[in-house]
Amino acid sequence: MSAQKFTGTSSYIVTDDLMMAVNAAVTLQRPILIKGEPGTGKTQLAIEVARSLDRPLHEWHIKSTTKAQQGLYEYDAVARLRDSQLGDPRVHDIANYIIRGNVWDAFDCDVPTVLLIDEIDKADIEFPNDLLRELDRMEFFVYETKQLIKARHRPIIIITSNNEKELPDAFLRRCFFHYIKFPDKKTMQKIVDVHFPGLKKALLKESLEAFYKVRDVPGLKKKPSTSELLDWIKLLLAEDIPPEALRENASGKALPPLYGALLKNEQDVHLFEKLIFLDRRSRSQ
Amino acid sequence: MLTQFFFRLRDGGLKPSITELLTLLDVMKSGIADNSVDNFYYLARATLVKDETQFDLFDRIFAAHFRGIDDALNDLATDVPEEWLRRQAELMLSAEERAQIEAMGGFDKLMEALRERLEEQDERHEGGNKWIGTAGTSPFGAYGYNPEGVRIGQQGSRHRRATKVWDRREYRNLDSSVELGTRNIKIALRQLRKFAREGAADLLDLDDTIDKTARNAGFLDIRMVPERHNAIKVLLCLDVGGSMDDHVRICEELFSAASSEFKHLEYYYFHNFVYESLWKDNSRRHNERISTTDLTHKYGADYKLIFVGDATMSPYEIVYPGGSVEHWNEEAGAVWIQRMLNTYPKSIWLNPEPESRWDYTPSIKMTRELMGDRMYPLTVSGLAAGIKKLH
Repeated sequence: MSAQKFTGTSSYIVTDDLMMAVNAAVTLQRPILIKGEPGTGKTQLAIEVARSLDRPLHEWHIKSTTKAQQGLYEYDAVARLRDSQLGDPRVHDIANYIIRGNVWDAFDCDVPTVLLIDEIDKADIEFPNDLLRELDRMEFFVYETKQLIKARHRPIIIITSNNEKELPDAFLRRCFFHYIKFPDKKTMQKIVDVHFPGLKKALLKESLEAFYKVRDVPGLKKKPSTSELLDWIKLLLAEDIPPEALRENASGKALPPLYGALLKNEQDVHLFEKLIFLDRRSRSQ
Repeated sequence: MLTQFFFRLRDGGLKPSITELLTLLDVMKSGIADNSVDNFYYLARATLVKDETQFDLFDRIFAAHFRGIDDALNDLATDVPEEWLRRQAELMLSAEERAQIEAMGGFDKLMEALRERLEEQDERHEGGNKWIGTAGTSPFGAYGYNPEGVRIGQQGSRHRRATKVWDRREYRNLDSSVELGTRNIKIALRQLRKFAREGAADLLDLDDTIDKTARNAGFLDIRMVPERHNAIKVLLCLDVGGSMDDHVRICEELFSAASSEFKHLEYYYFHNFVYESLWKDNSRRHNERISTTDLTHKYGADYKLIFVGDATMSPYEIVYPGGSVEHWNEEAGAVWIQRMLNTYPKSIWLNPEPESRWDYTPSIKMTRELMGDRMYPLTVSGLAAGIKKLH
């Protein structure tokens, strides 16, 4: 078990602290909770962990209406009622109306799996509490068929949160925790490198410079994050924009080219334009 | 050793549990820390702290507890690479300096000294002027030591190795007790959303079910409706002018960002204190005013009233008729605020002034008494406490 270690993949850069946290979760077979700014690769982490450890991935995306029970199984009472009215013979076996959820699938797999519970904070406040035993003992009981479902191999459970709701203590105590902070320039360079291996040094340098400059603008409603930077570079490459053009813009003369990929809020664009204008005026004086 | 550390964390205000400590010991036993102090720090943080707003506190306690221990650990390694030896030399140096820092006292001073030490290290190890040119001015000048956070050790990997991770205090911005700003506005926003939103549950729509079942020739057709969305109404009164402008801007941003979550959100402005009228548009404040009486009639008692102001003024402006600095008011501000509070039983006052200074300013004390003690600092945790009071 401990032989398997996650060290990042060819397309995903992990910092040391994230690596330690993931490896602790893998070794002790306990869930890990990942928080961080949107666009810093929380969901991607689960995909990459599954890929690098060569395990199947089960994804459970949480919405505001999701119930904990839906991840385990659902008893479709309405369908059974309809069937009984129509005289369908299937109605005599209740097991026909038990619909498996993602957690069941992950528990019931022949090989160890990775289970992603995405954006757990979107759900009802009681949601995490309803999953305590399932995450701790990795088993649950199907009352309708009197069946105990136990994980054959404890899956690696990766839970992401955007911090919209606070999670209950009892739940947190059962998890490892990691907060993905926004990558510094060096890490960002590595991230861009793995996504665009052939990128010209000059373009990379200029685009990162411009990017961090935009991020440093005070008062932005939504600061551009890693995923936006990657999109932007993709566009720059597609449009074949020379690095010199970026430098000119980074020095504050105009909006960076294709800024729509970085600034996604009209007010932010206005704010940025205003700042550039002020800057230019103060220079010309 | 860890038990002591554990209790130190608890004394420091963190709340790790015994299970979490046992988990940490388990992880250490599994050997993935590889005898590295940095790794131990990461693991301890991942196991014992479950809230990024407490990372900074953890860093401080960790630094205080493990000062010097890593040197000892380094000695244990038998095959010492040359680089490690050099690193150890740096650490030895820092230990001396740290003693001096302690003698200086005060954490801010310590941070200052730490910064100086880093600058020194650059000179010593990089030799020429290569680093001093940049490190001397730009990193520390631009974002070295300012409210945005201490970012020591930004440049160069050797630097990173020399300073310990927990000493960099990168999570300071996330500390929930600091003043509300653009940095932590998102967390504050979540607090507001929590206030505005309640769990979404499905309800059985009985009438529609009966109707649809009948249309379905008696076959059961169950209809569900989502639970009705929360209908919180907020009346926001903001103090404008002078020192308050920055805070007002942040508050407006904050509330307007959350405005979609409220059923109604109304803004009004006042200067220093509320009197017989308020205004909506600051540029036309002298022409377009709404009288406070009209306001209380227009917006019903189900509105939650939130004042934002520093409440710092002359006490006359509150208690005396004619005390206002801008105009002649027939009745005292205290009377007017009392009328508003009578209409809106759910109300709080958010104050950007640091809580520690409240007792020294008579007008804050008076306002607080008028508000029935419902005054909260304009921080993330203050906002959370205030919102709790509004429920």
